[in-house]
Amino acid sequence: MFPLSPILSPKGQGGGLRILTHVLALSPLAVLAWDFARGDLGANPIREVQFRTGKYTLVLLVLTLSCTPLSMLPGLKWVARFRRSLGLYAFAYAGLHFLNFIGLDYGFNLRLLREDIFEKRYAFVGLAAFLSLLPLAVTSGSGWARRLGKKREQLHRLIYLAAILTIVHFAWQDKAKTVEPLVYGGVVAGLLLVRVVGWVRRAARGTGSQTSSKEP
Amino acid sequence: MDKIRSSEITPEHIYLGRRQFLVGAGALTASLVFLGGCRRLSELAPTPEADFCGSATAGATSDELGDPLSACDAATHYNNFYEFSLEKDDVAELARGFKTSPWTVQVGGLVNKPKTFDVDDLRRNFPPEERVYRMRCVEAWSVVVPWLGFPLAKLLKEVEPTSKAKYVRFESLHDPKQMPGQKDRSFQWPYIEGLRLDEAMHDLTLLATGMYGKPMPPQNGAPIRLVVPWKYGFKNIKSIVKIDLVEEMPTSLWTAFAPQEYGFYANVNPDVSHPRWSQSSERRLGERARRETIPFNGYAEKVARLYEGMDLRTSY
Repeated sequence: MFPLSPILSPKGQGGGLRILTHVLALSPLAVLAWDFARGDLGANPIREVQFRTGKYTLVLLVLTLSCTPLSMLPGLKWVARFRRSLGLYAFAYAGLHFLNFIGLDYGFNLRLLREDIFEKRYAFVGLAAFLSLLPLAVTSGSGWARRLGKKREQLHRLIYLAAILTIVHFAWQDKAKTVEPLVYGGVVAGLLLVRVVGWVRRAARGTGSQTSSKEP
Repeated sequence: MDKIRSSEITPEHIYLGRRQFLVGAGALTASLVFLGGCRRLSELAPTPEADFCGSATAGATSDELGDPLSACDAATHYNNFYEFSLEKDDVAELARGFKTSPWTVQVGGLVNKPKTFDVDDLRRNFPPEERVYRMRCVEAWSVVVPWLGFPLAKLLKEVEPTSKAKYVRFESLHDPKQMPGQKDRSFQWPYIEGLRLDEAMHDLTLLATGMYGKPMPPQNGAPIRLVVPWKYGFKNIKSIVKIDLVEEMPTSLWTAFAPQEYGFYANVNPDVSHPRWSQSSERRLGERARRETIPFNGYAEKVARLYEGMDLRTSY
């Protein structure tokens, strides 16, 4: 076991993995900061920051979404424990993406921002994706989990909307209409399908009793 | 049911270790995918193109509005040249070694004297002059470049367009072996562009064979390319092999790809918005803050008369 794990995760189990998750999720940011400091982001660094943070957000969203379906597999139940931190990292990169857009790129120029967010469908959808992640990040703590109970689980299904909006945003900003957004779209559709099948089954099983409240 | 012997039960530490290994492997794979965007780590070694800018020269230090020239490195390493790559930072590397000699440009169509010109002859017959132009890409970034070239009008006068000629149609080289991007079937190669005859005859319209005091580097459209400074950058077709005088308006590659986004005229116009990029502001490469985009990219005084009576919102 990783020596630090008892500090970060009192129960010990999986502490090393937790650290690994943080390291892996933060390493692209470290590389980005390093490249930025060295002037290695090409001739249009603000654009490069925008592309990278966007890509990291999407990858982290897909990883977050794959936690629950993976945890349904025999012996992989513990994967679900990584969902929250991955989701928060996705939100963090989305936040950087948003701040880079309004701050570094547009210099908080409200006139230009209004025009470009409301006249450009890709930007509008991107903002909608970010805003739909916001309540999930706010209610991610255990305090909110207790307060909202079952409702929180339903609220957090918004992440599928956020992922779909993110992919639409990605596709609409793609000048060359490449297949990449479609690939992400296919993966998210597959993950959503797994969940929908789960919900339908549970609903069919639960028609007699109203008691089952746990995720399968 | 048979009893499982205790020796067959996987000890807990191994079984936990296996889980960890699986997650570790998964996380590692994910991080590799994740870091895939960081190609630059492998590109830290100096490249021969550094020599191009190392000996770059220019007669001027700014354009007629006082805007300073863009850094040579930015202008030669941030290129939209889809024949090589969709990635602007990758074009210079992929275009290295592109064969530009011998090179001929076939000029024909509705002309009295069709002729095939060798690029070396063009340079001799029409001595290159330096022109500092702003270039505004439709993607809302811009550069100020000292081009070397000669007015297209000089070449067109030599072939004598007939009275039926209304437009000029340009064609780039089609050579998927040298230009890997042309294997991408989403675009109708070769690259085609067009100008109305009066636009083509305008003194600002340049056939450029060099920049920064040197012969054109491959990534910028060697050996000969078009420069029309009051239009969006995609009109400036690169590596031209054919020029035809025609009666009908030519359909450019970008117009064929997305007609609602890229029109024939493509004059820089902050009043015509694009679904993807701001057309009212732009980022000059090397600058932090955005600049306001100027109608006709600041050349209105010289070119606005070409479009008198036209609605440039519909003829975009």
